[in-house]
Amino acid sequence: MTNALWLLPAFPLIGALVLMVFGRRLGEPRSGWFAAAMPIASFLVTVSVYFDLLSRPSEERHEVVTLFSWIPVGALHIDVALLADPLSITMALFITGIGSLIHLYAIGYMHGDPKFSKFFLYLNMFVFSMLMLVLGENLLVTFLGWEGVGACSYFLISFWHTRNSAAVAGKKAFVTNRIGDFGVMTAMFLAFSAIGSVSYSSINEAAHTGAIAPVTATAIGLLLFVGACGKSAQLPLYLWLPDAMEGPTPVSALIHAATMVTSGVFLMTRMSPVLHASYEWAPMIIACVGAATALYAATIAVAQNDIKKVLAYSTVSQLGYMFLAVGSGAYVAAIFHMVTHAFFKALLFLGSGSVIHGMHHEQDMRRMGALRKLMPVTAITFIIGWLAIAGVPPFAGFWSKDEILLYVYANNRGLYVVGLITALLTAYYMTRQVIMVFYGEAKWKDHAHDHGAHGDFEPHESPKIMLFPLVVLSVLSVIGGAMQLPFTKKLHFLEHWLAPVVEESEADIHKTWAYENKYILLVIAVVIAITGIIGAFAVYGKKKVKAVEPRVLEQAWFYDAGAAKLIGGPGRAAFNAIAWADAHIVDGAVNGTATTVRGIASQIRKSQNGFTRVYAALMAIGAVVLLAWFVYRGVA
Amino acid sequence: MSIPILTLLVLVPLFGAAAISFLAKTNEALVKNVALVSSIATGLLSVWMLIKFPTGSAGFEFVSKHSWVSEWGISWHLGVDGISLFLVVLTGILFPLVIVGIDPHHDHKQYMVWMLVLEAGVMGSFLSLDLFLFFVFFEIVLVPMYFLIGNWGYDQRVYAATKFFIYTMAGSAFMLVGIVATAFLARRDIGHLSFDLIEIAEKSDFAIGTGRWLFVGFVIAFAVKVPLFPLHTWLPDAHTQAPTGGSVILAGVLLKMGTYGMLRFGVYLFPEAAVWAKPVLLTLAVIGIIYGAIAATMQKDLKRLVAYSSVAHLGFIVLGTFALTNQAITGGVMQMVNHGVSTGALFLMVGMIYERRHTRVIAELKGIQAVAPIFAGFFTLVMLSSIGLPGLNGFVGEFLVLIGSFATARWWVVAATTGVILAALYLLWAYQRVFHGEPDEANKSFTEITKREAMLLSVFVAAIVFTGVYPKPMLNRIEPSVKSLLEHVESHSNYKQPEIKAGE
Repeated sequence: MTNALWLLPAFPLIGALVLMVFGRRLGEPRSGWFAAAMPIASFLVTVSVYFDLLSRPSEERHEVVTLFSWIPVGALHIDVALLADPLSITMALFITGIGSLIHLYAIGYMHGDPKFSKFFLYLNMFVFSMLMLVLGENLLVTFLGWEGVGACSYFLISFWHTRNSAAVAGKKAFVTNRIGDFGVMTAMFLAFSAIGSVSYSSINEAAHTGAIAPVTATAIGLLLFVGACGKSAQLPLYLWLPDAMEGPTPVSALIHAATMVTSGVFLMTRMSPVLHASYEWAPMIIACVGAATALYAATIAVAQNDIKKVLAYSTVSQLGYMFLAVGSGAYVAAIFHMVTHAFFKALLFLGSGSVIHGMHHEQDMRRMGALRKLMPVTAITFIIGWLAIAGVPPFAGFWSKDEILLYVYANNRGLYVVGLITALLTAYYMTRQVIMVFYGEAKWKDHAHDHGAHGDFEPHESPKIMLFPLVVLSVLSVIGGAMQLPFTKKLHFLEHWLAPVVEESEADIHKTWAYENKYILLVIAVVIAITGIIGAFAVYGKKKVKAVEPRVLEQAWFYDAGAAKLIGGPGRAAFNAIAWADAHIVDGAVNGTATTVRGIASQIRKSQNGFTRVYAALMAIGAVVLLAWFVYRGVA
Repeated sequence: MSIPILTLLVLVPLFGAAAISFLAKTNEALVKNVALVSSIATGLLSVWMLIKFPTGSAGFEFVSKHSWVSEWGISWHLGVDGISLFLVVLTGILFPLVIVGIDPHHDHKQYMVWMLVLEAGVMGSFLSLDLFLFFVFFEIVLVPMYFLIGNWGYDQRVYAATKFFIYTMAGSAFMLVGIVATAFLARRDIGHLSFDLIEIAEKSDFAIGTGRWLFVGFVIAFAVKVPLFPLHTWLPDAHTQAPTGGSVILAGVLLKMGTYGMLRFGVYLFPEAAVWAKPVLLTLAVIGIIYGAIAATMQKDLKRLVAYSSVAHLGFIVLGTFALTNQAITGGVMQMVNHGVSTGALFLMVGMIYERRHTRVIAELKGIQAVAPIFAGFFTLVMLSSIGLPGLNGFVGEFLVLIGSFATARWWVVAATTGVILAALYLLWAYQRVFHGEPDEANKSFTEITKREAMLLSVFVAAIVFTGVYPKPMLNRIEPSVKSLLEHVESHSNYKQPEIKAGE
């Protein structure tokens, strides 16, 4: 079945091409159904590939399918080749699975949009690119997907392009990601010059055998991490992700929560042998950046009032968690959290979309409240998502977060504390959100006139096509933890499954205090989560404590504003100075020379000759002089 | 070879021009048809040549050699190899597209004559294997271009045309000296006076100092043509003022005469000097990449913006050329073609905007995507190709240049790669201002592209996608010649290519 691997990206690609040509003719809702069939088909193929791999012995779960030779020049051979192994198929499973659900959801959400079919064209294109990214057998095919998802993200963020904020956000996302791409490209150059290949098997093999010097491995690893910081929205490049919420909500769920933004974590895991071969401080840098981002974004999420902005900062924070895991050598835990996060964060985003839909495009949580009665399915599923992300057992997020914290504790206790504080804040701000949206008093009644409904405005539950994905994702958010339970070795399904890919680089914590006392850590995690939830209830539910939402947090520590000021001020001035210098100094010298020559020429010859002829004559004289010089030198 | 195909590539457009000059000025339809037939015939010939070109051949094919001025050793010597092959095909295809797709609005007869003379000149430049012959073609090109800008251009056309002519002429003066001196100095080694490129390159043995001086003479002329920083300022003026057809040809093929010349008459003739001058040329190339991009970002005129983007893109080609590795030069040659396609298409579309709005000022354009989504779609795709999105043509060339240069010019590459970030910045910012937003009164009436325009653009888009997805046929034809050029460099200088063992 693995030789049908090419079908995986082929379906959504065909979907996109068909929609490009016939999209308008298909119209609504047919183009949506057609588009949704593509990731569903891919999902089915992925499932069969999964079972195919599963039926083989662990070390044979690795199959490369070369489609054609892409860029062959001399020593450089780059093929368009796909790789089926536990890591890529895990990724493909949840990309196509969640992708299918979100396609279905979007049929309801995008109802009535004049660019309905265009939306699905981009969505199919995105799934294609994302699959190329994870299935690529070398860095360049991954980079093709990497840039492809970036382009689709750009199209989809600025989907409502007549809105200026959407247009700006799209551009910002692309350009910021390009800064990261600089890292990915240089890493490829370095890999090629060091070992003559950019294929994962060659690079990782070289890392295993020590054919790559530690300094080179460190450079490759960290350069790729720069790319990961861009794509996965880590400090200092995360800036684009909160703005990306300008896109339609299904996009936020699919691209900016579940799939694309996890590419960086995927890439780090794929290249884990290189990180393993690096200097020890290299993974530490990754862990620190991850921890810092996790905490930083969580503090911001506490003070956001836009329902999607809370989730956006939460995503940044959770991605930080995954990098914290990667940097601690906990690759399985990173992937585990990536998958559970994909479940519950997609659920939360789709839930928020359902709320926004029901509230007639209102996103301010201060104008919501008490929606649980009017939107029961949305409320129940959202609450499940909340419990999952807050780290309440037995929901999925609890297990994956706990697994990360276990490894982090073994690696560095300072980072463990940062992780705990983040977990506390996460439980707190998510509870805050749930209370503001679904509980308390209904604040939307006062604002009814804003929606042009003149008093009879009432939020409504979303159509079934939107609720179905919510239900499926909430089930997954409940049971997702079962893929890796900490109790006995036998229950480490994900670990066994991913072993062929990450075994060698995975940190060994078996002899540490943390491992031997993992139940203590488990209890601490539960206490922390409960504390956060109770705290938020005290503040927002019972209103016993005054809410602390300082402006500095609401404004994201003024980092974005500061960066904008720097770019808009001195940055722009510098660019303008160069453009000015070009027109006045570089070109000024040219025109100055011309004027001088013309002046001399008219002094010499007062007659009415065309300038061109004067120049030609001067040139001829000059040429003869130069020629004499050359011949003289040559003969002498 | 029974049919002198290369000679025909030069002569057919020339015959077309001659035929048109006998036609009545008023008979626009006939004028246009003759121009079309001769340019399409040339295009077909170039495609036929491409098909017949033996893949894997490193040397010159379809050679036609006839003595011209025998006592001076000047001959009509034409040939094509992997380095010039696709430039010839690009020329052959671009001209009929421009002739059929862009209306000069007035004086059709003269316009078509100049266009065809231009085509002959460009073809000749890419095919000549005789220094003197090359110089003749290289200079001939200036005349039609001068008139095309001067007669069919915009407000500042006379200034721009004169600047273009004199600037390039001044550069060429150095080359003329270089050519004559080269031939005379090489006489000692060859035994007789000869302007034959191959003969000189293979047999001559210049003193190190002499070779370097001669190289400089040639390279100045080419650097102006490319244009290489800081000799680039004629380009934004010429591009902005030229009529759309002129801009497309200028960006598409004319600039490549500079980069092509650097390879063929710089590196090939004076390998030792090329190695010697490497640091300076690489530095100028990288400055051009970053500086051109920054200047592009701040332009207020859309056409000027595209012109500055050319300075940046051509910087990549020069970087690849003087990094002197197989991948880098192959990528550079490929980038010559890619840039011709992408930037040609961009100029074409800027022209379409001007036809509709009579302005190219970015601030006066707004929200075009809302009223002309198909046009916006074409623009987006070409823009992404110019930005270097993998899967589209621009990426392959740029990537090869960078990855190939890394071994010999590591820090230059690191600096040049920032150009990739800047490219996204200036193009996307421009796109946002021109296409996004709510269209205002003036832009609301912007009409969607016509079927004819869409068909024209589709040719470019097809080339962009095909080359990006499957560049192998192109690379397989370019690389052997590049490899043999590098072997020539290694045997004529102390330069050795870095060893990169082939991975899996």
